[in-house]
Amino acid sequence: MTPRPGFVLEVDGSTPPTLLWNGEGFVLERLPEGTRVIYPPEPLPPLADPVAAIRDALEHPVGGTPPLRALLRPGMRLTICFDDVSLPLPPMRAPDVRQMVIEQVLDLAAAAGVDDVVLIAALALHRRMTEAELRHALGDRIYEAFAPHGLLTQHDAEDPDNLIDLGRTAEGEEVEINRRAAESDLIVYVNICLVAMDGGHKSVATGLASYRSLRHHHNPTTMRHSRSFMDAPSSELHSSNWRMGRHIAASGVKVFQIETTLNTDTFPSQFAFLQRREWEWSLRDRAAYAASAAALDAVPKRIARQIFHAIEAPHQMTSVQAGEVEAVHELALEHIWRQQGVAVEGQTDILTMGLPYICPYNVHSVMNPILVACLGLGYFFNLYRGKPLVRQGGVVIMRHPTRAEFDPAYHPSYIDFYEQVLTETTDPIEMHKLYEESFATDPWYIHLYRTGHAYHGVHPFYMWYWCAHALEHLGRVIVVGGDTKAVRRMGFSPASTLADALELARDVVGPSPTITHLHVPPLLMADVR
Amino acid sequence: MKAVVFERSLPRFAAARLASTLGSGRGARVAPLRLVDADPPALPGDGWHHVSPVLAGICGSDLATIDGRSSRYFEPLVSFPFVPGHEVVGTIAVEATGADHNPIPAGSRVVVQPVLGCAARGMTRWCRSCREGNPGNCEHTSLGHLRPGIQIGYCTDTGGGWSTAGLVAHESQLYQVAEPMSDADAVTVEPLACALHAVVAAGIREDQVVAVLGAGTLGLATVAALSHLVDRGALGQPGAVAVGARYEIQRRLAERFGADVVVAPDQLGRAIRRQARSMVVGGPAGARLTSGADVVFDCVGSSESIAAALEIVRPRGTVVLVGMPGRVHLDLAPLWHREVHLVGAYAYGTEALGAVTLPTFQLALEAASAMGTGQLVSATYPLERFEEAVAHAGAAGRRGAVKIAFDLRSSTRGGRR
Repeated sequence: MTPRPGFVLEVDGSTPPTLLWNGEGFVLERLPEGTRVIYPPEPLPPLADPVAAIRDALEHPVGGTPPLRALLRPGMRLTICFDDVSLPLPPMRAPDVRQMVIEQVLDLAAAAGVDDVVLIAALALHRRMTEAELRHALGDRIYEAFAPHGLLTQHDAEDPDNLIDLGRTAEGEEVEINRRAAESDLIVYVNICLVAMDGGHKSVATGLASYRSLRHHHNPTTMRHSRSFMDAPSSELHSSNWRMGRHIAASGVKVFQIETTLNTDTFPSQFAFLQRREWEWSLRDRAAYAASAAALDAVPKRIARQIFHAIEAPHQMTSVQAGEVEAVHELALEHIWRQQGVAVEGQTDILTMGLPYICPYNVHSVMNPILVACLGLGYFFNLYRGKPLVRQGGVVIMRHPTRAEFDPAYHPSYIDFYEQVLTETTDPIEMHKLYEESFATDPWYIHLYRTGHAYHGVHPFYMWYWCAHALEHLGRVIVVGGDTKAVRRMGFSPASTLADALELARDVVGPSPTITHLHVPPLLMADVR
Repeated sequence: MKAVVFERSLPRFAAARLASTLGSGRGARVAPLRLVDADPPALPGDGWHHVSPVLAGICGSDLATIDGRSSRYFEPLVSFPFVPGHEVVGTIAVEATGADHNPIPAGSRVVVQPVLGCAARGMTRWCRSCREGNPGNCEHTSLGHLRPGIQIGYCTDTGGGWSTAGLVAHESQLYQVAEPMSDADAVTVEPLACALHAVVAAGIREDQVVAVLGAGTLGLATVAALSHLVDRGALGQPGAVAVGARYEIQRRLAERFGADVVVAPDQLGRAIRRQARSMVVGGPAGARLTSGADVVFDCVGSSESIAAALEIVRPRGTVVLVGMPGRVHLDLAPLWHREVHLVGAYAYGTEALGAVTLPTFQLALEAASAMGTGQLVSATYPLERFEEAVAHAGAAGRRGAVKIAFDLRSSTRGGRR
C-alpha cells in the first residue's frame, strides 16, 4: 500500500484524544475543537537492496566526481569519517547505515590496495562514543579490524597536535579542522541525513572542527538568523558552514561525500501505536498503549528510562548518494522532504508539542532541562520551511517532566550552566558575552571531553543558542507537567495541565487563539505557506 | 524599664539545647531568658557612660547562647546574669569623649564597640594586644574592675543592648554616628566590623578567588566588606567572589553587595572549581578539587562548613573562621596535606590598610554608610516580644529575613515599628 503523506487534522467532537509524548512516557490529551494536528507522513518504502544501492552510488557519484574506485590507489592516505552517536534517533536497529556504507568503502579500498586507512568519528564537541556505540555503528568486524590498532579514532577538537589551521573564509571565519583528515589524500564522509540541516558541508566543517572554528557559527547571532535550520537558503548556520566547506575544498582537501536518508519507521512493533493516527488505532494499539502507559507509571523512572533507551528504531534507508558535497546534499534534501514534508496553511497563535525522552545529545542518558528546551525550541520549533508554525509573539506549549536531573559523566558543564549561568541570565547574547569563554576553555571540562565521555564545556551554551530564534520570536513558553523550579529557571511558565497552559497562553495571544499541535516524533517538516 | 536577662540555670540550658534541635532560636521559650524590670546599670568608674539603645541586633552568637550551643570555652569569660545585645546603636545623655578622643555631644547617637579590653577594665598596665590597639585579643579579659565578660552583652556589670534601661560603655568603646547615617546602617556596624577585620586578616591579593560560605548577616557583611575595601583601594580586585546562599533574599543582597557568583550552598564547590579552573580527583562520591579558592571565609562555624571550606580551598590557601565555631568534628588530613592556613577572625581592633591604620569600627562606620548595610535589617521587634524576635532570627533566611533587631524606642511605646 502506498504510504500516505502528512496530514493536517482539524479536531472536532468526534476526534479521539491525541497522544502527546511526555518524556519517558506519553499521555492522551483531548485537544480543543478547532485545533489543527499535524501528522507526519507514513514511512516511505525502503531501498529494496541497500547494499546494491550503496555500491551503485559509489560507482556512479554525482557532481562530476569520478567513481570512488577511481580515487583509490596504493600508498594513499584515506580517512573515513562518520556521523556520531547523535544520529539517527533513536539509534537504528543493526546493521547501522554507517556499517553498511563503510563496509563497501573498505572493500573498494582493499581492492585498490589502500593500506593507510583511518576511521574518525566526526563528533565535533559532542561526547566520545563508547565502545558499545562504536561497535553498534560500525559492526564488530570493522571495530575489531581498526580499533585495536589505533586506526579507529574519535575527533578531538582540543588536540592541538591533530588540528590544522586552513585559514579564514572571506567573511573572516577561522577554519580549523582535524589534521589527519585534512592531510589525507581523500576524506570519505559517511553521513546520515535525519533532518534537512544534517549533511552537506556541515559534515566536515562542523563535525571535524575545533571550538575556535565552530564558534563562528555556533553563536546566538547566527542561530537567531537561521530561520529555520531546516531551510538552507534562510539559514545563516547553513551559509557559514557552506563558506567553510568551500574554503576547505579550495584548500585542497578532497571530500567524497556519502549521504543516506532514512524513512520515518521510528518505533518497534510494541510501540507501533506511536506512529499511527489515533482514530485509526486498532484494538491491539489501544491495548499496547494502555499496557505501556500502565507499566511506565508503575516502574521507577530509572527503569522507564532504560526501557526507552533500549529502543532501536526499525529505520530503513530510502536513498544513498555519493560524490561532490553540494550535489549529494541536494539529492539527499529531496529525499528528506519527500519523506518528512507536510504542507501547512498559515501560522498559529499557539503551538503545542509533546517532547519525547530523547534528543541528539542524550542518547543512553538523561534529558536534562537544557536539552528539553533545546529539543522543543531548538529542534521542534524549527521544523519548518517558509514561516515558523507559530506566529511572532505566539506561544509554545511543551509537555515534558523537565526534571532537574543531569548525567554528571556526559553533561558535567550542563550542571554548572544550570546552576551558575541560568540563575543569572537566560539571554543567549548576554551569556555568550559573559560566560561562554570561561566554560569553553575550562581545563577540567576539556579533560573530561578528551578522556571521558563528556560533552565539551561549551556545549550547553550551544544548546541554549539553538533556542535563540524561538526565544526572540515567542511571547511565552509554557511547560506542562514540568518541575516548576526548573521550568522557571529557564524563564518559562509552568502549568500543571494543558487546559491551564492554554489559559495562560490566552493571556498572551488573546481569548480565541488558533492552536496547532505538532504530532512528532516520527519527524515531519512543515512547509508553512 | 525592661531588660531581657540571661541567667545561669543548668536545667533551662539543657531544655533550650533540646528545643534548639527543632531549629535555631527555638530555645528562647525555655532558655533561662526573662524579661524583667530593670534599672540602668551603675557606671563602673570614670570614663563610663550610659547608652540608651535605639536598635540592638540579634546575633548568631546570641542565638547559640540562647540555644545552649555555645562552646564551654566561654564559660569563664562570661558573668551571670547578663543582658544580651552587643550590636547596638544608641544615644548618650551626657557629653563624652569618644574612642577617637574627640568629644561626642550629649544626645548624640553612638555605636558601641562592645569588646571589654584593658581600657574598659581599668587596667593600669595594658596587655600587649590592647597597647597595639587590638582589644579583641585582650590578654586581661575577665580581670580588672569588671566581672568576666568578653563583651558588653555577656557581662553582668555592663548590661546589654536588649534593654530599655540601657547599658554602660567606656569612652574607648564609643563611636559617634554621623548624620545622615540611618539607625539600620548603624546597628550593622558591629557585624560589619567583624567582617572587615576578617577580610583584612585574610590578606587577599588581586585576582584571587574568594569563597564565602554562609550568607547570613556575617556572610553578607563579608561580601560588603570586600567590596568596600576594593572600592577604597585597600584591596586589589579579586578574580571572583563566590557566595553560597540558601535563600532568595541572601542571593539578592549578596549580588547587591558585589558578589560575582551566587549559588546554592551545595553548588559552591562546583562554582569554585570553575572559578579556580581546578581539576577534580576521585569519583562522584568522593570528588575533590585539586586547586580551589585562595581564601575561604567560613561565616557559619559548624563542622560541616569548616569541612566544606577545607574542600574548596587551594593548597596553601587560607580558611578564615568568621562565624563563631564551637566543638567540631573534622578530618584535618586535607589541612595537613594541602598546608592550608586556618585562621580565626574574632571581633575587631586596629586595621593596617597599606600606610594607613585605623580602628576597625571607624572603618566599619565608613563602610556601613557606603555599602548601605542597613539593608540587612529585615524586621524589628519591641522588647516585649523577645521570644518571637529570637525565633524569627533563628529562622531568618527561611522567613525571608537576614538581621532581626530590637527597636527599643517602640518597646517604650509598646508597639512594633
